[in-house]
Amino acid sequence: MERPTWYGLTLKFLALAFIVLAVAYPFVSVVATSLSTDREIVANGGLVIWPTEPTLDAYRVILAGGDVTRALVNSLFVASIGTVASVCATVMMAYGLSRRGVTGGRFILMIALFSMLFGAGIIPNFLLVKELGLYNTFAALILPGLISAFNFIVLRSFFMGLPTELMDSAKVDGAGDLRILLRIVLPLSKAPIAVVSLFYAVGYWNAFFNALLYLDDTEKWTLPLILRLYVLQGQPMAQGEAFAGDVPPPQLAIQMAVVVVALVPILLVYPFLQRFFTKGVLSGAIKG
Amino acid sequence: MTVEAPAKKATADPGRPVVKRRRLTLVQRLKRDKVMLLLAGPGLLYFLVFHYLPMLGNVVAFQDYQPYLGFFNSEWIGLENFTDAFADARFWSAVTNTLVIALVQLVFFFPAPIALALLLNSVLSSKIRRFVQSVVYLPHFIGWVIIVSIFQQLLGAAGLLPNVLDAVGLPRYDMMTDPDAFPWLLTIQLVWKDMGWGTIIFLAALLAVDPQLYEAAAVDGASRWRRLWHVTLPGITPIIILLLILNLGSILSVGFEQLILQRDNVGAAAGEVLDTYVYFNGIQNGEWGPSAAIGIVKAVFGTAMILGANKLAHFFGHEGIYRGADK
Repeated sequence: MERPTWYGLTLKFLALAFIVLAVAYPFVSVVATSLSTDREIVANGGLVIWPTEPTLDAYRVILAGGDVTRALVNSLFVASIGTVASVCATVMMAYGLSRRGVTGGRFILMIALFSMLFGAGIIPNFLLVKELGLYNTFAALILPGLISAFNFIVLRSFFMGLPTELMDSAKVDGAGDLRILLRIVLPLSKAPIAVVSLFYAVGYWNAFFNALLYLDDTEKWTLPLILRLYVLQGQPMAQGEAFAGDVPPPQLAIQMAVVVVALVPILLVYPFLQRFFTKGVLSGAIKG
Repeated sequence: MTVEAPAKKATADPGRPVVKRRRLTLVQRLKRDKVMLLLAGPGLLYFLVFHYLPMLGNVVAFQDYQPYLGFFNSEWIGLENFTDAFADARFWSAVTNTLVIALVQLVFFFPAPIALALLLNSVLSSKIRRFVQSVVYLPHFIGWVIIVSIFQQLLGAAGLLPNVLDAVGLPRYDMMTDPDAFPWLLTIQLVWKDMGWGTIIFLAALLAVDPQLYEAAAVDGASRWRRLWHVTLPGITPIIILLLILNLGSILSVGFEQLILQRDNVGAAAGEVLDTYVYFNGIQNGEWGPSAAIGIVKAVFGTAMILGANKLAHFFGHEGIYRGADK
């Protein structure tokens, strides 16, 4: 085949560079603004690209034990409990339905798959959560989305792809189905379980819809709700006694610091998640 | 169906040693599968309670539902909720907004991942490709609250865009609060968040295109663009059509989180879509019946769109989401 032309290569390079910059720049700007002083923000017209005199004052304010700190704790709590619950439920269901010929297995599978096609709508879901007495509890953020049908399919197809000889020989040696799950299936499925866990964790961390619907008590608010209150609705944050410095940090820096706090856990887990996509672990499951 | 499955398997599996198997009774088979069923149990319970039970809850669409009376004592009023909902001008305004936003997104967001996937696919260096992929996948994992906050910082009154406009002598422009630009704002945000993520499925489809087809086309003298048009695109057409059909099915649900966060910036006249209307009217104002009725209309419409689009795909000789009976 002919060699690529130089202008074709240049155009491609420019297009990709533009896309990468357009995605990356906002992150840099948010972090930079959160580290800036009032003087710098005013001088730059509200937008700092590189802070010349970085300060952590904004973080000191929000992590001093106010609303943001409480929301951060709530979010971490919901995300960790939720992830453990979801992964356990998903692994159990995926394994239970991974063997062909289990009595009633196909029927249960159909029930799970059809739920992807039809949703009941906002009102009935809300009424159900209220009737179950989950309104205004953290359980309302976890139980309604306990198992994602997509994650279930990913795990089930991985389990089904494991060599059956392993399980058959374990069975001959007298291992029951539970022991096969714990001793053979789980150790072989670390990678897909890790991906699914990260998916759940990120989902719980970002969950805004359920929190908005089901959390009334501001004491229970999670980070997305606090973020909306202070950053999007622009409610000024009380500086409180916590800030001991002489010049309080600017509101904009505080707002961006809240955004950064919400971003950091995702940025921390992303490298692990991302390794699996470029390797194509999931694409097989998506297609199958 | 469920009773036959294991028996079929026993006879249709040539790999197993030929041992004549007794047909097990239902009780025996339940005993054999006890552990597997117990493990799947909580999952089954979850789907029944949180996905199928709410479907029954849709009965409130036919009731004058009062929370203190509950499902069983509220008065049945037939289709009154539907006629009430259809008589509300705000409902029709929400329908219009939803369709306009969905249309802009269909035309300007839907093709973006395809274009990026083709671009990435044509990059020969796998290092560059990996790097770009790991950057552009990232925004998919960021919640809408954060994304809207970031856009506030870029396009909002004190953000990057107004400052740049100011610097070059143009009037300051705040896109975040301009009702006319709202569908475009939403589409730009969606492109930023999900253009990269959307490429995954197309890149997988592109990998599956047979390289021999390219070689043959090149030998026949097809130029780069001709190969793109006659080999690459036909190779990924099935997946494009599949996603298009699914997209049409959700045409009445344009991102609830994204919308509810920004509705008040532009006002209800431009920012109210069906989902936010249901939320404010139903949950905030207690109009349970009419709002549930709208939910049902939405679901029926979505299903009809999927089936209709699938029929259309079959008509043009494509597979769609499932094979037609005639194939």
